[in-house]
Amino acid sequence: MATKSPEIVVPDSSFRKQVEALSGQKISTCFQCEKCTNGCPLLFAMDIPPHKMMRSVQLGLKDRALNSDTIWVCASCETCTTRCPNGIDIAHLMDTLRQIAQREGFKAAKKFVPIFHSAFVGSMKRWGRVHEMEMAALFTLKSSGLKGLMEQKNQGLEMLRKGKVRIRPYRFRPSKQVRSIFKKAGGKG
Amino acid sequence: MDVSYYPGCSLGGTAREYGESVEAVAKTLGVNLAELPDWNCCGSSSAHVTNDELAVALAARNLEIADRIGLDVAVPCAMCFSRLKVAEKALKSGKEIAGISHKYQGNLHVKHLVDFFWEDLGRQEILAKLKKPLKGLNPVCYYGCLITRPPSITDAANAEDPQSMDNILLTLGANVKNWSYKTDCCGGSLILTLPDIAHKLVQKLFDMAQEAGADCIVAGCPMCHNNLDCCQKEISQASGNHYDIPIFFFTELMGLAFGDQSVETWLSRHETDAISFLKQKGLL
Repeated sequence: MATKSPEIVVPDSSFRKQVEALSGQKISTCFQCEKCTNGCPLLFAMDIPPHKMMRSVQLGLKDRALNSDTIWVCASCETCTTRCPNGIDIAHLMDTLRQIAQREGFKAAKKFVPIFHSAFVGSMKRWGRVHEMEMAALFTLKSSGLKGLMEQKNQGLEMLRKGKVRIRPYRFRPSKQVRSIFKKAGGKG
Repeated sequence: MDVSYYPGCSLGGTAREYGESVEAVAKTLGVNLAELPDWNCCGSSSAHVTNDELAVALAARNLEIADRIGLDVAVPCAMCFSRLKVAEKALKSGKEIAGISHKYQGNLHVKHLVDFFWEDLGRQEILAKLKKPLKGLNPVCYYGCLITRPPSITDAANAEDPQSMDNILLTLGANVKNWSYKTDCCGGSLILTLPDIAHKLVQKLFDMAQEAGADCIVAGCPMCHNNLDCCQKEISQASGNHYDIPIFFFTELMGLAFGDQSVETWLSRHETDAISFLKQKGLL
């Protein structure tokens, strides 16, 4: 059996610089101790372990990082951030990678995740407070279509019966200030 | 005692029983929860994935309102708590935040409700209202991720082994079990987007709780509660194990121990039956 020859990578610092500027995190200080990976509860579902994600950013492997499952599987549990001996906010770095991936049009490896967040932010923007029922219905419709929505119907009715569904949005309209926050920060649903 | 109260969006919807039990328990304890006027969504798990500026500004607006009132802010949801703490640090650093012009005074603490009850009220106040000790109940306390992590944001004294919920339930007479998974992750919103992955995380929590000798799990977050409560049938089917573990909000058990008459109404909203469990224990 032929042994796999090591991959040759020509380092390119431009991606690291982009990520450092956006996240405010000093990625270059990562020395691969692997504490992030050892504590990560989502490791089993990731294609690139967190410490290798750090290395990928250092080396400039942008496509690999932004096409990964890892950035969408990360649940933002903050364990890596808490334990990093160099004080790198790794969970925040994952946010930055997701933001760049969305902004630059990378197709999400786990496509339901950005659909969910977009439905959620959309509901915040419309109502100022999240209208859970509308958000969940929109997410299901956009991710699984009408058939998916019909499949969820019984679960929704059961929750309704238990009094856990708020039919109407909160009697609150996003004030001028909330609208201006969305405008200034540029958040879209 | 007066405190500003930021309920968050879930407490009027999917975590209605949490909102109801929080208000009942606060009333019993003589705490006046003054809901922040005109509060908006904290940005939750979705704003920070989408846009850093938006995530900080949405939460900061609520603290701007709280700052004008000047009282500490009690927050029942771990996600809201986390986002408000992130905004608090940003406001204190004095950096510019989109749409926020108020000069932050910051003479207030933002606290998760479980810490507020234990640290600001404490053992004597809770003990004074105890009517029905939680004898025979063997819970593990589940704090999840964001009540304590990261400590640079939450100011948690012991991020990997928090104690406030344990202390409250011990005070109420429960036989609280120790375990190593009190701050492990339930998967958060992955329960909707990648349910198979979230179910694996939740199953691990069930297995570890049972190994610790627990017969129920107590939570302090709408998302954690939902994830542990909602899908036990599916997780049982997929794994071949049988899970039927009641999941409580810590305020529901406080209400039970204080003799509140609405406990059964709160518990009727759960997916996994908690009522017959308490009846078997002679507690309901």
